[in-house]
Amino acid sequence: HQVLRIKTRNEEEVQKLQLLESLEHLELDFWINPSTPALPVDVRIPANSVQAVKAFLESHGIEYSILIEDLQVVLDKEKQDMAYSQQRDRSSNSFNYGTYHSLDSIYAELDHLASEYSNIVSKLQIGESYEKRPLYVLKFSTGGSNRPAIWIDAGIHSREWVTQASAIWIAKKIASNYGKDPSLTSLLNKMDVFLLTVSNPDGYVFTHTTNRMWRKTRSKNQGSRCVGVDPNRNWDAGFGGPGASNNPCSDSYRGPSANSEVEVKSVVNFIKNHGNIRAFLTLHSYSQLLMYPYGYKCTEPADYAELDALGRAAASSIQSLYGTTFTVGSICTTIYQASGGSIDWSYDYGIKYSFAFELRDTGRYGFLLPASQIIPTAEETWLGLKKIMEHVRDNPY
Amino acid sequence: AAMELPSSHYSATRAAALAAGYVCYRRGSPGRGLALRAVRRASRQDIDDVGHKYHLELVLEDVLDKDSTVNCTAEVLYHLGNKNIAPAVQFTIEGELKNTDEADNIFYSRIKSLEKELVAENIPDSHGSVSPEMEPIRLLAQVASGYVIWQNSTENTKFQLAQIKHVKQVKRSDDCLEFDYMILLHEMVSQDIIPWQMTVLWHPQHGVQVTQDSCQPKHALE
Repeated sequence: HQVLRIKTRNEEEVQKLQLLESLEHLELDFWINPSTPALPVDVRIPANSVQAVKAFLESHGIEYSILIEDLQVVLDKEKQDMAYSQQRDRSSNSFNYGTYHSLDSIYAELDHLASEYSNIVSKLQIGESYEKRPLYVLKFSTGGSNRPAIWIDAGIHSREWVTQASAIWIAKKIASNYGKDPSLTSLLNKMDVFLLTVSNPDGYVFTHTTNRMWRKTRSKNQGSRCVGVDPNRNWDAGFGGPGASNNPCSDSYRGPSANSEVEVKSVVNFIKNHGNIRAFLTLHSYSQLLMYPYGYKCTEPADYAELDALGRAAASSIQSLYGTTFTVGSICTTIYQASGGSIDWSYDYGIKYSFAFELRDTGRYGFLLPASQIIPTAEETWLGLKKIMEHVRDNPY
Repeated sequence: AAMELPSSHYSATRAAALAAGYVCYRRGSPGRGLALRAVRRASRQDIDDVGHKYHLELVLEDVLDKDSTVNCTAEVLYHLGNKNIAPAVQFTIEGELKNTDEADNIFYSRIKSLEKELVAENIPDSHGSVSPEMEPIRLLAQVASGYVIWQNSTENTKFQLAQIKHVKQVKRSDDCLEFDYMILLHEMVSQDIIPWQMTVLWHPQHGVQVTQDSCQPKHALE
């Protein structure tokens, strides 16, 4: 079957095509019907009729071009592409980083990375979610004992799918580039990295099964039919202050008390027990922002100058790859006053290098970022994270 | 007295988002969507007994052709007191926008020639995919949501079209195309997702009109 595009010059030619349209035995399938000389006419022609139609057009001097030479070839390729990507998904050796995955699929890949790169990667469980799903952290370490470490988390807000997807790509990047990238190698020779790829697994599953736009945890709220707490309003930093709701039905509900959410408490406990975390980096989407404290108050943190300069350097690294621009600033001046946020807690706890990223895009797709943008987003984000991690490595405190 | 604002400050970016939504509504079509690329400058004037007026210098981009940008100056006045009046927006675009007559006409003809009324849902889908045939339907929603966003914005809100949950074409006896949309708006300050119904009229020569719109209850989703 061929698809032709016919350019008519006048009404007379349009009428000739309408005549053609009426010849049912040709079995023509018009994708754009002949109506006015201003518009092209696209028509799919079964193999048997191709010669006849072309002869008709040529004899009347009507211009045409071939849009699709052989439709079957196009259809076969599409089927092949779909089968291939489906197969790649199922194969245990090739996790497709360029597509969105279920929780089970991500968890399976965590195990695969820990086994394939067992010399530097191990998987730890730091707790359980409200619905009893494990909270898994990947530890990247070349040895030592309680080395200074960098904490990275993603997916605390479950609808921000590009963050969990980027985190698993970043895990693979760190694991596979040790020994190849000099900067990363020197970093891992001195420091450990802890990566929580899915901070809110209950929410993440809910976005797959029921509501793609779910943000919060899935904990039940006493006395309300509304479910869930905003885990990024639940930290012990200005808790109860402006910028968080006390209404359980709100998407920024702070919860009944600080650390009421087990997903938050588990991270707090881990960080406190570790005792040597030097940077706290958290991934969100969307808006393309790189922010430092504070959110709960609009006064500058003591390390404002250093954090701002480092943020700008990281944003510059991000931009160097695909031109993606990130705006740098404190949470309070850039988006809003928001109490109970994670990087405010980590900063006040003593972790100087506390940053929150809002990844692609700026609203065109928002939370529904096309899968084709996962890897470019992960690649550029990695450059920003690396810039910060290198600074942490070179500026012990 | 006018106060210069850092272009990254949230009060500037909220006013800019509102202005961009309004411009998209006034100048958009199924063949053209305009989105905010950057805020170049922003200043605010507090006018006693009237409200807050923002003066903005923006860069807008053509959603279908990211390399195509235009400069735009806009003024946004948020009225003091009565929150039921939409902010007043005025704008000028520097230079000309690309002509989209051909794309608009192709879409118009395609829909007019459908045997059954168009029905679709979840645009984009969970993975961010939009089929090529649905792109103009999506753009039309983007343009129409600009109207809804304009009508419902305050200095404490920042709306973005998150997704089209459902769209249904409504047969008409005249030349206009009519679509009944159920969209999800993302309100970025409260972080809430708000379902909104809108009835949208369009004709290539007559621009986009929202003839009816209403906020829906949140649990309409769950």
